[in-house]
Amino acid sequence: MTALRARLAASPWLWSFTAAALVWGLAAAVTGGRGAGEILTSALAFGTFTVIVGLGQMLVITTGPGNVDLSIPATMTLSGVIAMKVMDTESARILLGVAAALGASFVVGIVNYVLIRLLRIPPIIATLSSSFLVLSSAISYGRGLRIKPPPPLADFATIRLGGLPLVTIAIFALSLLIALVLKRTVYGRTVAAIGQNERAAWLAGLDVRRTRFITYVLSALLAGLCGILQSGFSGGAALNMGDDFLLASIAVVVIGGTSVAGGRGNVPGIWGAALFMFLLVTMLNIFGASPGVRLVMTGLIIIAVITAAGGETQAR
Amino acid sequence: MINPRLLRAALPFLSLAIVLGATFYLQPRTMSYFGLNLMLQYAVPIALATIAQMFIITVNDLDLSIGPFVGLVGVIAATVLNTDPALGIAALLACIIAYGLVGALIHLRNLPSIVVTLGLSFVWLGIAVMILPSPGGKAPPLLRTIMTFSVPYVPFPIVAAIVIGAIVHLALMTTSFGVIARGAGGNPKALTRAGWSMLQTRVIMYMLAGVFGLLSGLSLLGLTTSADAHVADRYTLYSIAGVILGGGEFIGGRVSPIGAVVGALTLALAGAFLIFLRISPDWQIGAQGAILIVVLAMRALITTREARS
Repeated sequence: MTALRARLAASPWLWSFTAAALVWGLAAAVTGGRGAGEILTSALAFGTFTVIVGLGQMLVITTGPGNVDLSIPATMTLSGVIAMKVMDTESARILLGVAAALGASFVVGIVNYVLIRLLRIPPIIATLSSSFLVLSSAISYGRGLRIKPPPPLADFATIRLGGLPLVTIAIFALSLLIALVLKRTVYGRTVAAIGQNERAAWLAGLDVRRTRFITYVLSALLAGLCGILQSGFSGGAALNMGDDFLLASIAVVVIGGTSVAGGRGNVPGIWGAALFMFLLVTMLNIFGASPGVRLVMTGLIIIAVITAAGGETQAR
Repeated sequence: MINPRLLRAALPFLSLAIVLGATFYLQPRTMSYFGLNLMLQYAVPIALATIAQMFIITVNDLDLSIGPFVGLVGVIAATVLNTDPALGIAALLACIIAYGLVGALIHLRNLPSIVVTLGLSFVWLGIAVMILPSPGGKAPPLLRTIMTFSVPYVPFPIVAAIVIGAIVHLALMTTSFGVIARGAGGNPKALTRAGWSMLQTRVIMYMLAGVFGLLSGLSLLGLTTSADAHVADRYTLYSIAGVILGGGEFIGGRVSPIGAVVGALTLALAGAFLIFLRISPDWQIGAQGAILIVVLAMRALITTREARS
């Protein structure tokens, strides 16, 4: 028991997988083991989208207290709307659509950084204000039309290889890459250093500005990618498609063991937390909970998990 | 050269004056007792929610659950409070105590307030949906009477805003508890070493936020007359923006109650202003974001000068 506790303290991401396994076990116990595999794969399919935005949010949160990207839902929506409209259901235009959508996301990332850097606005307010502008652009450009994704994109977003969704496999590879970047590159180490002590990082000669710029741009690009894939998955872009992702992107990062005070990012935990969140909803559905009960339970369990994982003494 | 510090304190009032002036210019008929009353009627609940958020920001936390909380209060007051007043009052008091407990939990376990209150927002919304699955209920007649109360010469929302601002200003800026509370945001370690209980301070600030969230919900219900669990979802963002527009800072206990009320009035007016501007509804939200950015840009300029002098 003490060994287990020590292990948990050393690798905070184990919490999220333990919680996910518990919830999965409970759900499987209720159904008598029927459909347990299907529950897991569908949680993986849905959870993958949360993981994409979670990776970006994790990088942002790791750069220190107060750094949160609230523009993720709006960026997703803008990217999805642009992608669907540029592709215009034609397979030949997929690459063009992806480029346009990611280009727009890139601009959002730059705007966020400029607001934070030049206007010295706290990141929460900067990304919040820019998200209003981004959302308006999406509404104005999309005109509320729902355009279907070209078949190859829809196939890519929904196809399964050996039971596993293809997108899940691709994003898993992307997660490995980001984990490597975070652990092994100058950029990744600088992100952590800034999060631990920005002034010390600056005095040590690290390029704080460039690192922060790259981080906000990466977060926007990942949100854009999620918007495109989500549009392919659910048969088109919708103006409210990003709504659920604001809470989810922050929750998976924090439940996944990334330090909210910054300085310590964690990639595997994001997967565990995303699985946990979707398995939780599935379990509550199986129990036949009403929407109100489901909301209350989701909230209480998020609070319980963060309480159990515990905060940490902030180094000042 | 104007003193940058003074300029900074004047900025919230300046922003309000500019938005008000622009509104009068676009639609001169609003420059009347009646017009102001109509444009500002929702300023009271927004101002109260902003004050609630300000208490939390004072101790360096952030409350992402205030919007759904305001909605829940409205739902309880429009249903339970009518059928069983004793139970209704008990439920509302329990909500305030719950706020205090959350403050204690955040303090004792050193948890990130953003995540805890994000989870809490689901709890409030869930309870509200359980009590009232679809919009309905009825405001208690007393609330209706208070919110439609008319004062001669000066519109009621303005009187209410001044009273709210003045009371909170006196409590937070002039009393010794206020100094400790703001100090809790400025330098909690120093205050702990000086023998003050940070736990107690935080719990009181969270409960105060609960009280003002409660008042916000009741005043909103008095205006809308029927309740909806989702009616105040936007209040979370409004309240944060209001505090910041009013000159507050996210960390360091640097807040201003009067500024926060003025910030809330500016936000409430900005909605009316944008309608008079006849910009496409698509860009309504975007324009609000732009206003926020412009005000913050002005403040950044002033702060740079303040740092230099």
